[in-house]
Amino acid sequence: MPGALDHTSVDAFLDEVSYRRGERVLFDARHLRWIDPNGMVGLLLAGSLVGSASGSLPRLEVPESQDVLGYLARMGFHDQARRVFDLEPPARRSVSGQSDVLLEITAIDANHHVHEIVDRVQTRAGAILTSKLGYPAASVIPFSVMLSEVCQNIIEHAEGPGWVAAQAYNWAKRLGRFVVVISVMDRGRGFRGSLTDEHSARYGDRWSDSTALEAAFLHGLTRFADPGRGQGLQQIRKQVRKWSGLISVRSGTARIAQVPDWDDSPPMADGLAPLPGAQIGIVLPAAIQP
Amino acid sequence: MSAHAPDPIAIDVGQVLQRSVTSLYSSLVTRPTGRAVRMAIETQLQGAGRLSISLIDFSEVGIIDFSCADEVVAKLLQQYLQDEARDALFVFRGVREPHHAQVEGVLERQALAAVVEVAPDQFGLVGTCSDRERGVWERLEHEGSVEAQAVAQIVADEEDEEALESLLARGLAFRSPHSGRVHALSRLVAHLL
Repeated sequence: MPGALDHTSVDAFLDEVSYRRGERVLFDARHLRWIDPNGMVGLLLAGSLVGSASGSLPRLEVPESQDVLGYLARMGFHDQARRVFDLEPPARRSVSGQSDVLLEITAIDANHHVHEIVDRVQTRAGAILTSKLGYPAASVIPFSVMLSEVCQNIIEHAEGPGWVAAQAYNWAKRLGRFVVVISVMDRGRGFRGSLTDEHSARYGDRWSDSTALEAAFLHGLTRFADPGRGQGLQQIRKQVRKWSGLISVRSGTARIAQVPDWDDSPPMADGLAPLPGAQIGIVLPAAIQP
Repeated sequence: MSAHAPDPIAIDVGQVLQRSVTSLYSSLVTRPTGRAVRMAIETQLQGAGRLSISLIDFSEVGIIDFSCADEVVAKLLQQYLQDEARDALFVFRGVREPHHAQVEGVLERQALAAVVEVAPDQFGLVGTCSDRERGVWERLEHEGSVEAQAVAQIVADEEDEEALESLLARGLAFRSPHSGRVHALSRLVAHLL
């Protein structure tokens, strides 16, 4: 595994895992020095994919760095990883109550999980969004709404299990500001799988993971005939834009992004390794004070 | 109320949420939750007459997401606008600033509009409506109600008349079939506030 597993390196990591899905895989994280919510949730997704392809839990060698282990513990990684990996559980560390964890890694496969996430995040989001990002106190509501909609995407469209996690960081070197990073990933049927029956015909030969992503992400298409459906992702994009954030969605072989001026991610990347489900990453930067 | 006036009904969405879904959650999130709450509201409305006006109160709701707003506001309105057998009018209360974007968003998506209490005793039209409709609605809201023969108080020309008819058809104002008097919905629920 790479030394750093975050929103910039998770695609390459998942690509490699995708190509090796039929093989026996050892996840060697001993030299991992840095991991963010995208990395942690991506690692769970990768382990889950390898495990279901091989019929047995893949081995995970946990990081040697005590800092990384401590961080993984604070994010509740080990609790989720035990269901996905064969691993030696690290010695239980005392977890400090003071941290910038907004939402520990949480498995989602039912609506009550969304309720629990929204209830849980409200107790912490207010303090972190105001003190770290400089957002108004009322921003906890649109933040919770955004989290609710992005998690429902798993239940409503993916029809498969998934995970969510969120954390605040000081991106001192990269941006000179605090950010909140949110990651939501599932291994369901993905955007193309969700939309094919209803919409592929009109695209003809052009129908692909990238056109399916464009249809849902940019135009709000959904498999439902109901005109009230398909607005969740649109509203998330709107809110992320309001906060000058970055949102990107990978599904299958493509990734689409709404890119703010502080980031240089491509708006569309194609030709990635085929991966089930959808992987959504959101980065919300601190407000620039006038 | 007389046979020609709508039956007034007050519905506290916070209580409906507690009763119909679970007592553990105070947030109106997820589509199944919204659907369950809408169905519980519809059950309450079944007990009303052919013509009813409901005050749907969100004051006790902590968070409402777009999926729930679509189920509890947009689908509720849409359903009764299409219902030939019953006329159900709605006023929404407690749509505080944090809920406003969600309610407005789902209404605009389906070109709907609703009468909403935006501040104590202050009502507004939220959603999609023309400038003419908004102008006529605001004059009616100011007057409270106008007699059939005094409609000129709120409509200045033919386009305004069309706008008033549209407001009536969209369930944003009420005309008594008996007297022809036109009422602002906020006045019809005033005693429920």
